[in-house]
Amino acid sequence: MNEVITEQKRGWLGRLRSGLSKSSGRLAQGVGDIFTKHKLDETSLADLEELLISADLGVNTSAKLAGQLADHRFEKDVTGDTVRQALAGDIAAILSPVAVPLTIKASNRPQVILMVGVNGTGKTTTVGKLAKIYKEQGLKVMLAAADTFRAAAIDQLVQWGTRTGVEIFTDAPGADPAAVAYQALEKARNEGMDLLLIDTAGRLHNKANLMAELQKICRVLTKLDPDAPHDVIMVLDATTGQNAHTQVEMFKQLVDITGLVVTKLDGTAKGGVVVGLADRFGLPIHAIGVGEAAQDLQPFDAGDFASGLLGLDR
Amino acid sequence: MFDNLTDKLGGIFDRLTARGALSESDIAEAMREVRVALLEADVALSVVKDFIDRVSVAAKGEDVVKSITPGQLVIKIVHDELVAALGATSQGLSLSARPPVGIMMTGLQGSGKTTSTAKLGKYLTAKEKKKVLMASLDVRRPAAQEQLQILGDQALIQTLSIQFGEPPVAIAKRAMKEAKLGGFDVVLLDTAGRLSIDQELMDEAVAIRDAAGPAEILLVADAMTGQDAVNTAEAFHDRLGLTGIMLTRVDGDARGGAALSMRSVTGCPIKMLGTGEGLDELELFHPERIAGRILGMGDVVSLVEKAQETVDEEKAEKLAAKFQKGQFDLDDMADQLKQLKKMGGFGGLMKMLPGVGKVKKALDSQNIDESMLGRQEAMLSSMTPEERKRPALIKASRKKRIAAGSGTTVQEINKLLKQFQSMQTMMKRMKKHAGKGGMPPGGMPPGGLPPGFPPMGGLR
Repeated sequence: MNEVITEQKRGWLGRLRSGLSKSSGRLAQGVGDIFTKHKLDETSLADLEELLISADLGVNTSAKLAGQLADHRFEKDVTGDTVRQALAGDIAAILSPVAVPLTIKASNRPQVILMVGVNGTGKTTTVGKLAKIYKEQGLKVMLAAADTFRAAAIDQLVQWGTRTGVEIFTDAPGADPAAVAYQALEKARNEGMDLLLIDTAGRLHNKANLMAELQKICRVLTKLDPDAPHDVIMVLDATTGQNAHTQVEMFKQLVDITGLVVTKLDGTAKGGVVVGLADRFGLPIHAIGVGEAAQDLQPFDAGDFASGLLGLDR
Repeated sequence: MFDNLTDKLGGIFDRLTARGALSESDIAEAMREVRVALLEADVALSVVKDFIDRVSVAAKGEDVVKSITPGQLVIKIVHDELVAALGATSQGLSLSARPPVGIMMTGLQGSGKTTSTAKLGKYLTAKEKKKVLMASLDVRRPAAQEQLQILGDQALIQTLSIQFGEPPVAIAKRAMKEAKLGGFDVVLLDTAGRLSIDQELMDEAVAIRDAAGPAEILLVADAMTGQDAVNTAEAFHDRLGLTGIMLTRVDGDARGGAALSMRSVTGCPIKMLGTGEGLDELELFHPERIAGRILGMGDVVSLVEKAQETVDEEKAEKLAAKFQKGQFDLDDMADQLKQLKKMGGFGGLMKMLPGVGKVKKALDSQNIDESMLGRQEAMLSSMTPEERKRPALIKASRKKRIAAGSGTTVQEINKLLKQFQSMQTMMKRMKKHAGKGGMPPGGMPPGGLPPGFPPMGGLR
């Protein structure tokens, strides 16, 4: 995926920036207002903290960021731009450790990736996008439609399979998702696949029975490969507020999430929740979705994201 | 969903109450905490600021300083302001226009419009005794129209016949016309999901509104939404002139600040809550109750009403008579189990009681088995009427038979009988109290709540 970003750096930066423009525009404007109107006193810092909160950064992270600015950076009058630069640096510092691309190891054959998350976050679409990216990198990719609950979910994945020319394993609607996952892994092994992407049904994290179903999928996969699933990727909708924290916490507790993909950053949502999540959980953020096309799934880059969030050129 | 905010405010005010007299700095600290709690709960910044200002002004009045229990007074002020912010009174759907009354459902993609439409249809049919027609105007998402049709078939609500290729505005017109001819009271118009910044689709929504002339235009919004809820609600309100908001996925554990901010920013009342996957799981929004729940006062009104709704009055009276005489057999226990199940089991019951957050967490961590209720019902059903009347008959071989019949074990039968005995003991105690002309301390009215289950008064 690193190759993809080098090739398309300009294009992706542009897309990210325009995707984030709604959040950054408002945030940047707000920062400017605070620091042209006030000195960097306690009131300004409190306002700044709240502004970060209103961008979905979360109370703890916002307090931490405001505290850093108070301690180290400014004593006299400052411009909004200076503050933005400093903020971007601090946000990037929080995000850098989690900007970890997904790695596919040849020794895994196939590497099994399970996609999970609450309803309507964009799991199926993300599976489709990943399939395209890895197929283009020359890997042998197979998809498994383990969302047997939502009526059109299987058809939706089949369409992605057709579009990307990737093999797909399906069963009838209503089939046991764990059985689908098991059979798909069996098939992927026999056919010498490099990568198996398993799409699962959306589920609210506080529904015990549905979470148990997810645990069953993981358990069944280990019977064929003790290390499977190698990655459990949780897909998060950027329009979600602070509940994203609970979502990650619960999913992590029950199915050992290994990384995140954050989608729908092209809407009007601010997406700042990502910073709070990185601060709290330190889970790798593998990619972000900034549009509907396959190339709109991009590796997560801390500096670019922080700059984009604050409306700065880099 | 409001549990977390309840916890937060509960913690702050526990501290205030413990300190006795309130200083101005105490109030300032409390307000700081309230502000953080609201922001963490995804309430919009502007809404939080207004709210804090109003509460601060009210709290700094002399009454608070002179008050004997200042903490209580602050809670009351915060509560009153919360109620005001949520909308002073509960507002139902306005169905008084000349029938057929149109209700238009709008919102972002994936917010739950189609399911909510079916829920609303079922609600209006069952509770308001309306003749309802549902029509899907969603010609964009594949199978959206069929989805509503299937849901209509499940809930026994008529849906407008599907004519492929018909544009949304034409469908709306046809729905209103057919409803008029067919003598329908209400027409539910389910529209396609759209982004508030999608000009073309927002124009289409306006055209639908103008063609159908709905009495209600509801925004369907996900309770998990963050600060963006405000932007969406504002944009939809500006273009369409919303009449109300319907909040979905309230069965998740989102803090629900979206409700407060959408209401404040648009001035539109929140009318309904979607509280589960079943088509029955729809509730009217009551600001008083929700504000009380936020403050940790418990949704006692809801609980009582729900109990009244589910408990068969006649049975309740009979039961009350038995209580008085100190008679109570396994048949009565079976009735109580059924009623408890109707109220949503222990989990549903807990959510409505004060001090919810902590208790519910404790229950969750202990993994209380809701299926236990079903098993107990099965055991009771496997008994003969004679056995239920005279539990003393149940000895070893009968226990074996009952266990085999209900797919349980003899140990479980023993447990059930033991539980029954302790319930009976309690009945006898109640009889004594009743003799003195009163309920036992912390007791519920006869038939209101099943006795023998964890004592609710002691939860806090």
